[in-house]
Amino acid sequence: MEVFKSHKVYNILEKGKIFFALSIIAFFAAIVLVFTKGLSFGIDFAGGTVVQVKYQGAAPIDDVRSRLSKNELFSKATVTPFGNEGEIVIKSPSTNSNIQNDTSDIVKKLLDGSGKFEIRKVDMVGPKVGDELRKKGLTAFLLALGVILLSVTVRYEFRFALAGVIALLHDIVITIGAISLFEIDVNLETIAAILTILGYSIHDTIIVFDRVREYVQESKENDFKQIINEAVSRTLARTMLTSLTVFFVILMLYIFGGEIMHGFSFPMLIGVLIGSYSSVFVAAQLVIWTGFDVKKYRAKMAEKQKREKEKDKLRAMYEQGRV
Amino acid sequence: MKQFNYRLFIFAAAFLFGILFSMPTILQTSWGKKINLGLDLQGGLHMVLGVKTDVAIESRAKSIATSLKFLMDENDIIYDELAIKGNSITFELLDNDDIAKLKGLVSKDIQGVSLKENGLKFTVTLTAEEIAKTKQNAISQAVETIRNRLDMYGLAEPTVAKQGEDKVLVEIAGVKTGADEERIRDLIAKSAHLQMMAVDEARAARVATMSAEEAATFGDVILKDVATSQLYLLKDVPILDGSMLTDASVGYNQSNQPVINFELNSQGAKIFGDFSGKSVGKRMAIVLDNKVYSAPVINERIGGGKGQISGNFTQQEAHDIAIALRSGALLAPVVIEEKRSIGPSLGADSINASLMALIFGFLAVVIFMAVYYGAAGVIADIAVIVNIFLIVALMSLFGATLTLPGMAGIVLTIGIAVDSNIIINERVREALRGGMSVKKAINDGYSNGMRAILDSNITQILACTILYAYGTGAIKGFALTLSIGILASMLTAILGTHGIYDILLSKIEKTKNYNFWFGLEGK
Repeated sequence: MEVFKSHKVYNILEKGKIFFALSIIAFFAAIVLVFTKGLSFGIDFAGGTVVQVKYQGAAPIDDVRSRLSKNELFSKATVTPFGNEGEIVIKSPSTNSNIQNDTSDIVKKLLDGSGKFEIRKVDMVGPKVGDELRKKGLTAFLLALGVILLSVTVRYEFRFALAGVIALLHDIVITIGAISLFEIDVNLETIAAILTILGYSIHDTIIVFDRVREYVQESKENDFKQIINEAVSRTLARTMLTSLTVFFVILMLYIFGGEIMHGFSFPMLIGVLIGSYSSVFVAAQLVIWTGFDVKKYRAKMAEKQKREKEKDKLRAMYEQGRV
Repeated sequence: MKQFNYRLFIFAAAFLFGILFSMPTILQTSWGKKINLGLDLQGGLHMVLGVKTDVAIESRAKSIATSLKFLMDENDIIYDELAIKGNSITFELLDNDDIAKLKGLVSKDIQGVSLKENGLKFTVTLTAEEIAKTKQNAISQAVETIRNRLDMYGLAEPTVAKQGEDKVLVEIAGVKTGADEERIRDLIAKSAHLQMMAVDEARAARVATMSAEEAATFGDVILKDVATSQLYLLKDVPILDGSMLTDASVGYNQSNQPVINFELNSQGAKIFGDFSGKSVGKRMAIVLDNKVYSAPVINERIGGGKGQISGNFTQQEAHDIAIALRSGALLAPVVIEEKRSIGPSLGADSINASLMALIFGFLAVVIFMAVYYGAAGVIADIAVIVNIFLIVALMSLFGATLTLPGMAGIVLTIGIAVDSNIIINERVREALRGGMSVKKAINDGYSNGMRAILDSNITQILACTILYAYGTGAIKGFALTLSIGILASMLTAILGTHGIYDILLSKIEKTKNYNFWFGLEGK
């Protein structure tokens, strides 16, 4: 089977102008969204309590609510159905640090008599731990960005790295905007998803940049725009197919992995789409804007080669004892 | 002569390795190393406990005050208004001549304090080093004590470790019911502070009307009986405490009620014997965690250093208290700062859900590749299968822990691993369309594809390393499986598939059916 057959070189840069404008709009819309609507931090970062209870038969949600409201720990709690019938999730911003009369004991006592139930999960994160986790998450994110910038600079060129990282930020910011829009709870697994998108998106971009570098080095084409169009067109099949396979498997995680996985799989679904889109329409466009010059680059490479050759010559002479 | 196909050889070796070492985990055999399931998959209790070190510092100050009091009394130094406030002790001397004597005593016999004077008023403060040392002690002692208690309770491999600066991580797998969990938490939290205290018989009659402040002026405390709530007036400085205990076990009294028998070390036995000899006819209270369990009248000198705690214990309570006593007291109380408790049924549900995702994700990718790339897709699929075996085998060998995010990492690996083959296959197709020979097309595809794949895989593994270093618990599992998956995919998807093409090359050249081999239509 073949979907991308032709040798045609698409004028991505020309067509991409509309997309690029769209990207800028989406980018700033996401920032506005995060600052106005905000993110709903889950208990991992905000601290709080989540209790998952499964009833045999239908869960008496109203009864549960009125019973919980009697206790200070759950005075601000929300009770919502979760997944299957009979299963509910209780979320409260308060925490209880007493080890001998802890959250499980309190819930058990409060719900005693409301039906046959089983407490399946209790997550409690105190305010101190929440602070720590938030700091760690942010550090990890910034470090990962730094490492990517560095490794792309070493292997390619600083301007490529800059373009790659800006494209990356574009992906991450828009994904975070979507998380805000769909009111996904931000927990540890959401951070894992965002860091994975970071890795995936730079991976996509590197594949395109690799082609650009190849054409810069090997073809005689002097028009950088033409080189980029060719590189993006040639990698288009791969970009589409890989996003498809990755999208497939994450979709399976989303469908079958249960609600527990949604904090991970949902941001991933969005991130994969945006990551692939940006490696086609955004990243390469950005390299042009950073002022990459094909002729200068080639001259520099030639210079470098010359120097290496001279060094080799000198070394050879030295080894033969002529210097 | 045919060249040795080292690629295929390595691939086959990796395949055998993968099959062999993943078997114990997949078939759950009784032999071999297996993957451990994380708490989120098998159910269990994860707690991060905070240690209230300020309490330990206060009690350190208290014990320094006790020795100071003892020293001053012994050396006939007259003082007044001895009081403890946080980590400092204040008092006033009445005689100028005692100043030099006091300074000498403090510098000789009491360590870790600084002495400040203001006329005749003195303040003894714990030094910063002493405070830090006391904190450290309290934490390492908490780790030690909790570990001992859980070990004695008979739990399978609990994890108890110091986390960060002042926290204790406790992880226990296989906690089956809520009642089990409650019992474990109780056991961890028990201070198990055992004291033998003398009843202040001179003032005991007035206990009902006495305030705690008034009691303090006599150097007494008022404590309640654990069962009857009767009040006792006790001397604040205990006769001896649990630090002199050598053993505690469950026994039965005459009416067949569970009791706790304990034994003291030789020093404790001597103190106990001396005191009981001097105090015949008086009462001595056995106090556990500031509750009086009994206060029998001493009939005769008690030698041998044995004693008994009786209360209306159930068998289970007596058992747990004995464990707590044997493992030693907690210097400072602990509080829960983070708790994640997962029931076993939820763990089983999570395994099923993630296995479903794995199977369907796998099928979707495998079928897609075979349809789109023909034989080349099937070859890539073989690589993916070997990749999954390799991940399982490597994790089994390292005894790694598989968590729910770890499962997500494996699922994601399937999507990412075929990417290498997509890149290479697209390159090969491009070369074939351009009219290159099969042999050259394949070699070109691999050498060109390699560069980009290496670049991006290295970047991804770097990102995973950071995730592993800064992630907590379950997130580490995700970073681990994803990195193992990426590393394994370099072996299987790049080297392995290349090896397969090496043996198929002559066949492909003979048939020239590129539609069958590479899914290229019309060629």
